[in-house]
Amino acid sequence: MKFGVVVFPGSNCDHDTYYVLKEVYKLDVDYIWHKQTTLSSYDCIILPGGFSYGDYLRSGAIARFSPVMQAVINFAHQGRLVLGICNGFQVLMEAGLLPGAMLRNKTLKFICQDVHIRVEDKQTPFTTLCREGEVLRLPIAHKDGNYFADAKMMKELKKNHQIIFRYCTPEGTLTEEANLNGSLDYVAGICNRERNVLGLMPHPERYAESILGNEDGKRIFDSIITYLSKEK
Amino acid sequence: MKVPEVNLKTALEQGLTEDEYQRILELLGRVPTFTELGIFALMWSEHCSYKSSRALLKQFPTTGERVIQGPGENAGVVDIGDGLAVVFKIESHNHPSFIEPYQGAATGVGGILRDVFTMGARPIASLDSLRFGSFDHPKTRWLVEGVVAGIGDYGNCVGVPTVGGEIYFHPSYNGNILVNAFTLGIAPKNRIFLGRAKGVGNPVIYVGSKTGRDGIHGAGLLASAEFDETSEEKRPTVQVGDPFMEKLLLEACLELMQTGYLVGIQDMGAAGLSSSSFEMAGRGGAGIVMELSRVPCREPGMTPYELMLSESQERMLLIANKGAEEKVRRIFEKWDLEAVVIGEVTDDGMVTVLNDGNVAAKLPAKPLSISAPFYHRPMRKPGYLKDIAQFEPASVPIPSDMNQVLKSLLSSPNIASKEWVYRQYDYTVRDNTVLIPGSDAAVIRIKGTTKALGLTVDGNSRYCYLHPLRGAMLVAAEAARNLSCCGATPLALTDCLNFGNPEKPEIMWQFDQCIKGMSQACRVLGIPVVSGNVSFYNETFGSPIFPTPTVGMVGLIDDCRKHCDQWFKEEKDIILLLGDTRDELGGSEYLSVVHKLERGDPPALDLSLEKGVQETCREMIGRGMARSAHDCSEGGLAVALAECCFHPRRSFGASVELKSSSIREDALLFGESQSRILVSVPRQRMKQTERLLDKSSIPWAAIGSVGGEALRVVYGGEVLLDYPIRELHHLWSKALERLLFSKEDE
Repeated sequence: MKFGVVVFPGSNCDHDTYYVLKEVYKLDVDYIWHKQTTLSSYDCIILPGGFSYGDYLRSGAIARFSPVMQAVINFAHQGRLVLGICNGFQVLMEAGLLPGAMLRNKTLKFICQDVHIRVEDKQTPFTTLCREGEVLRLPIAHKDGNYFADAKMMKELKKNHQIIFRYCTPEGTLTEEANLNGSLDYVAGICNRERNVLGLMPHPERYAESILGNEDGKRIFDSIITYLSKEK
Repeated sequence: MKVPEVNLKTALEQGLTEDEYQRILELLGRVPTFTELGIFALMWSEHCSYKSSRALLKQFPTTGERVIQGPGENAGVVDIGDGLAVVFKIESHNHPSFIEPYQGAATGVGGILRDVFTMGARPIASLDSLRFGSFDHPKTRWLVEGVVAGIGDYGNCVGVPTVGGEIYFHPSYNGNILVNAFTLGIAPKNRIFLGRAKGVGNPVIYVGSKTGRDGIHGAGLLASAEFDETSEEKRPTVQVGDPFMEKLLLEACLELMQTGYLVGIQDMGAAGLSSSSFEMAGRGGAGIVMELSRVPCREPGMTPYELMLSESQERMLLIANKGAEEKVRRIFEKWDLEAVVIGEVTDDGMVTVLNDGNVAAKLPAKPLSISAPFYHRPMRKPGYLKDIAQFEPASVPIPSDMNQVLKSLLSSPNIASKEWVYRQYDYTVRDNTVLIPGSDAAVIRIKGTTKALGLTVDGNSRYCYLHPLRGAMLVAAEAARNLSCCGATPLALTDCLNFGNPEKPEIMWQFDQCIKGMSQACRVLGIPVVSGNVSFYNETFGSPIFPTPTVGMVGLIDDCRKHCDQWFKEEKDIILLLGDTRDELGGSEYLSVVHKLERGDPPALDLSLEKGVQETCREMIGRGMARSAHDCSEGGLAVALAECCFHPRRSFGASVELKSSSIREDALLFGESQSRILVSVPRQRMKQTERLLDKSSIPWAAIGSVGGEALRVVYGGEVLLDYPIRELHHLWSKALERLLFSKEDE
C-alpha cells in the first residue's frame, strides 16, 4: 500500500500529511513534486492543504495547470483513490474532478477553529469504518470554504449521495451557527459519482495523535487503509 | 536623472546629523558620492546601527550553558538537546504598520521569518505582541483589522502557525501602534548558518524577488524619526509583501542548506542590499565587490542609489563555495526563483559597488556595520514620576457591587477573550500545536523527540510607565511564570524594546531603567537574553508611547505529555493559590478601568519568591498533581479564577473562600500582587500535594473547589462575588468583537 502526497509550490500541509502516514501509521509514502507525471506505483494520492501558487487569482486555480494534475485526473479515472484536503479540495474542484466551487467564508475572514462534521454516508473508501451520523471534531483553517453549487448540481449531489460530510453541532444537529463558513446545505466534504475522489475542508491530518488532543482524523485514514488492504 | 550634489544640506535631508557628516568626511578623506551618502545615512540610522542603544544593551546577561548564539546575529540560538537547537527572535514593525497596517504587519511577519530561516532553521511557530490606541480613537478599528489581516494572510500562506500573542489597547498608542512579531524555528544544532562573508573569491549570490522601488528609506527615514504631519506622505516607504514568494524562498534556502554549498547568508531586510552586504563583510572581516547591473530588477533605469536602498521583500544575499554556483542556481530554479551571481568575496575589507563597471560606491565595511558610531545619550528622570507616585489608596472608594466590577473587567478590551483575533490565524498547521492560543503560553511538540516547547510574548507598559525598573522586571517575571504554568522551564528570551525619541533624556532614562530591571530579573531567574530589537522614535507630535519592552520567552518541557493549561477540568478538584496576596492596587487594570486612574507603584516583586513559586508549579505539573495552572495577572485573583472557569468547550463554576485579613476587598479580588498561580488538584492527590508544598518554602493556601454554576468568592464570611459562570463566559468571549464593531454606523 503506497501513498503519494503532492507538493505544489505553496503547499504547506504536505509535511503534516506525510508525517501522519509515515510516522503515525508507518506506511509507505512519497512526496510527489508537482512536475511529476506518472503515478502508477501509488494506491492513494493526497492533495494537501496550503496555498498552492499563493492562492493567487483564485484558490486552486493555478495549481490545476501543474503537470501532475493530468496524471491525477487519469489516476482518478482508473478508479483509484484521490483525497483532497482544504486547498487540495479546491484544486480538485478547479480540475473538474469534483463539482462546485468555494466562495469566501460568510465572515469574509480566515477562520481557524475546531468544527464538528457529521458523516452522511459510509459508502465511500474514505468513510468505510465510520457510522452514518457519526460526529467528528476536526480543525478548519481557510478563507475560502463556503461551498457553492447551482441548484441542478446540488440536486445531483443529493440524488447520488455525494455529500459525505456536513457541518453540525457537537450533538450532530445541522445549524447555521455550526456552519461557520456559510456552506450551501452545510457541505463540508463531497465525493465524485464514482466515489473514489473525495474532498473536504477540515484537516483530518491535524487530529491524528492523542498528544494533539484528538484523534478523530484517524477515522478517515483508518477507513482508507482498511479499504485498500481489503482491495489487495 | 541628475544626481544631487553631496553637501551638508543633502546629508541632513537623508537623516544624518552635522557631526555624522563630518565623521564621514574624515573617515573617507573625501566627499562621498550620492550613493555612498545614502548608504551611510541608512547604515548609521537608529534602526540599523542601534547607535543610541548599543552601549546600554551590554547590561543584559547573554550567556548560559545552552546558548549557542547570543545577540548580534540574525536571531538567537539555544540548545534543546537531541542534537537540536531553537532559533528565535522578536522584531518590531511599528512605524510601517501605523502608516499602512496590512502591508506593515504582513512584512513584519515576513521579515522575522527570514531572520529565522536565514540561520538554517525551519520556522515552526510565530507569536505577536500588538498594541493599539483606545477604542474611541477613529483609527483604531481600521488599524486592528488591517494588522490582524496582514499577520494572518502572511503567516497562514507561508504555513507557519501563529500560536499565541498578546494585544493591548491604550491611548498612548493612538498615534503610534506597536507590532512586534516573534518567530521560532528549529535546526540541527551543528548546522547553524551565520551572516558572514568568508573565503576570497567565493561568489556572492542574489536570490529571491526582483528589486523594485519600494521601501526606499523605510528604515532610515520612517523608522528612525517621530511621526508628524508629513508621515502620511511616507507611505511609499512601506514595503509590499508576497508570502508565496517567501514560502518558495524558505523551501529553496532550506534545501540549499542541506548541501554544504553555503558559506554565509543574510536576509535583505531593513536597508536591503546595503545592510546584507556591509554586515556580512563586516562580521566576516572580509570585503565584497558586486556589480549592480546584474541585480534582477522589476523595472529598468533604477539608479545605484535606489538599488542599494530598496527594501523590496523576500530577497536574500548568500555566499556560496566557489564552483557551486550552478548547483545553487539549480536548487532555486526548481522553486521558480532566480539565483544570480552578483559579485565575490574579497580580502580588502571594503564593499565595492560597481554599476556597469563604474564604481558607484567604495566604502569600508566595518565602520558601516559592526563598528558604526554609537552614543552615550544624556538621561534624566522624567518629572511625571513625582506626580504619579502620589497615590493614596484610601482616596479610592471601594465599590459596593463586586459582581459589577468583575463584569466590567471581563468585558474590557485588555482582559476580554482575544479569540476574534487568533481565529484569523492558522494555529494548527505543521501538526505540532499541543496547547492552542488562549492559555498562559502556547505549547508545541518537537517531532522526533519526547519534548515540547512553551512559548509566550508579554509586556505591561503601564507598569513600565509608572516604574520603568520594576515594570521591566515584572514583564520578564510574568513571561517566565506563564511558561511555568504550562509546565515549561524557561530557557532564554528575546526582547523588543519600544520607546520614544532617544534624543530626549527622559526617554533614555526610561530605556536604561527598563534594561536594568529586565537584566536583574533575568539574572535571578537564570534566563539569558539571546536576541532582540530596539524600536525608538515611537512618538507622534512629540508625545511618546508608554515605555514598552516586550519579551518573547521560550521554555522546554522534557516530556510533552506533562504539559498543563489554565482550565479547570473536573468538578470537586481543589483550587490552590500559590504565592501571597498583598494589599496592592497601584498600576492595576482595575484602577484604570473602574477608577480611571493610572497611578501608584506597580506591585512589588520578590524574585526569590517568584522563582520558588514557579519551580513548585512546574514540579506539581511534572508529577501530575496539577490539573490546571494559571497565573494571576491583569485583573488579579478574580479575573484569573474566571479565566480558569472558561474552558473552551465547557464552563465550570468555582467556589472560593478566603480568610479574613486586613486587605481591602477590591485589592484582594482585583489587585495584581505578583508571583501567584492558581492550581487545581484532584482531591485524591491532595495529601501528596500538601507534602510537596510544605517542603517548599513558598506560601500557599487551599482556597476552594471547582464546581457549581457560578463563580462565588467569600471573604471573611461575606459573599463578595456570586455570578453565573455562563453569563460571565459569554460576556468575556464576545466583548472584543462588540467593542470593535458596535459603533459601526453611528
